[in-house]
Amino acid sequence: MNLKNIFFFASLLISVFFLTSCSDQEDPVVTPNVDFSGSYALSDQMGRPAINTVFVSDDRKDQFNETEPSDMAAGFSAAFESRLLALNPNYTTNALGLDATTFTSVLASDVLNVSTQGKTTFFDGTNVLTGRALADDVIDVELLLIFGGPDGSSNSGLTSDNVDANDKPFSTTFPYLASPW
Amino acid sequence: MKKIAGITTGLILAGLALFFMSADHIDAPSVAGSGADITDYYAFESPRNSNNLVFTASLQGLLSPAATGSATFDESVLLEFKIDNDQDLIEDMVIQAVVRDGKVYAFGPTTPNQTGGASTINSDAPSVSADVTPYGSTAIINTANGISVFAGPRDDPFFFDLGAYQAILGGMASGFNDPGVDTFAGTNVMSIVIEVPKSSLGNAAMLNTWATTKVRL
Repeated sequence: MNLKNIFFFASLLISVFFLTSCSDQEDPVVTPNVDFSGSYALSDQMGRPAINTVFVSDDRKDQFNETEPSDMAAGFSAAFESRLLALNPNYTTNALGLDATTFTSVLASDVLNVSTQGKTTFFDGTNVLTGRALADDVIDVELLLIFGGPDGSSNSGLTSDNVDANDKPFSTTFPYLASPW
Repeated sequence: MKKIAGITTGLILAGLALFFMSADHIDAPSVAGSGADITDYYAFESPRNSNNLVFTASLQGLLSPAATGSATFDESVLLEFKIDNDQDLIEDMVIQAVVRDGKVYAFGPTTPNQTGGASTINSDAPSVSADVTPYGSTAIINTANGISVFAGPRDDPFFFDLGAYQAILGGMASGFNDPGVDTFAGTNVMSIVIEVPKSSLGNAAMLNTWATTKVRL
């Protein structure tokens, strides 16, 4: 047996060893023994951006988070309307034509509407509340609807925060969000 | 001395309020700053496939780059995207996501085992898993059963001059500055992104959707 053959058999043995140990280690990966059992209790929830932050008083923020959306309008519409009128005492209607009661009763059910058949955007000048895309300037939309009056021209210093875009561009490929700083 | 202590406390409280507030920050004192804190939620048509919808939630807001490398998902937290497709504001479908040993598992969309504030994981539902993407690595994604999933640190997609808004609310300013300052610039969040076929969510033209976190009892 020359040296070349010794190397050959040695490498063959090593290969067999690693192949065997690899397949042994792969078994748990093929059938992962992951525990998904147990019960989970509600901690936080969110529909539209900034609703709890802006419209719910500090002493009821936890309560709002624990209220199912189907019970929110009954429990929170009146408080939302008071909050709206505290933020903008001159509120009449907004650019959607909604008076204070109607606007806040829509907002109090804190769910994000999402269209399955058209453009998904918080507001793009045409479509209203058909989703929330990453680049949507949702704060300006909400400021405009709270402070802008019937045609959006009231309180011009309060209807935009003048931050119109994210600090990194979004991607058109999954997962769409920008890489971290 | 008492006065100075009072002023200091006030400043700290103001600073904390600033820290915890974003699109859904300071929303819930009991979850602020925890791994169950949803800082933001988005739902939109997939930019790559108009037959799909994308759901994404941001958890643990305002992570500095220095803090991001050691940030992890809380494995006792279940993230759910809830979908009402018959306009009664009660979920008809749910997408569930959990992290186990550094892997994210997404289940659904599926009929929830129960509606409301209590959940169990429907691990018999169609699922997909992927490694959680480490900080600094290329995004690790996976697709199975028509579902795509990603979990890991991302730039916070939210933008807002929160400082100016706080100044207005506090009576210290009468309007926003132009240009404004994005309070969330240069900060990261822990993101979970899930893309599913629209057809898996029912036939409704308009869905009511929301994101929840639930903690294992």
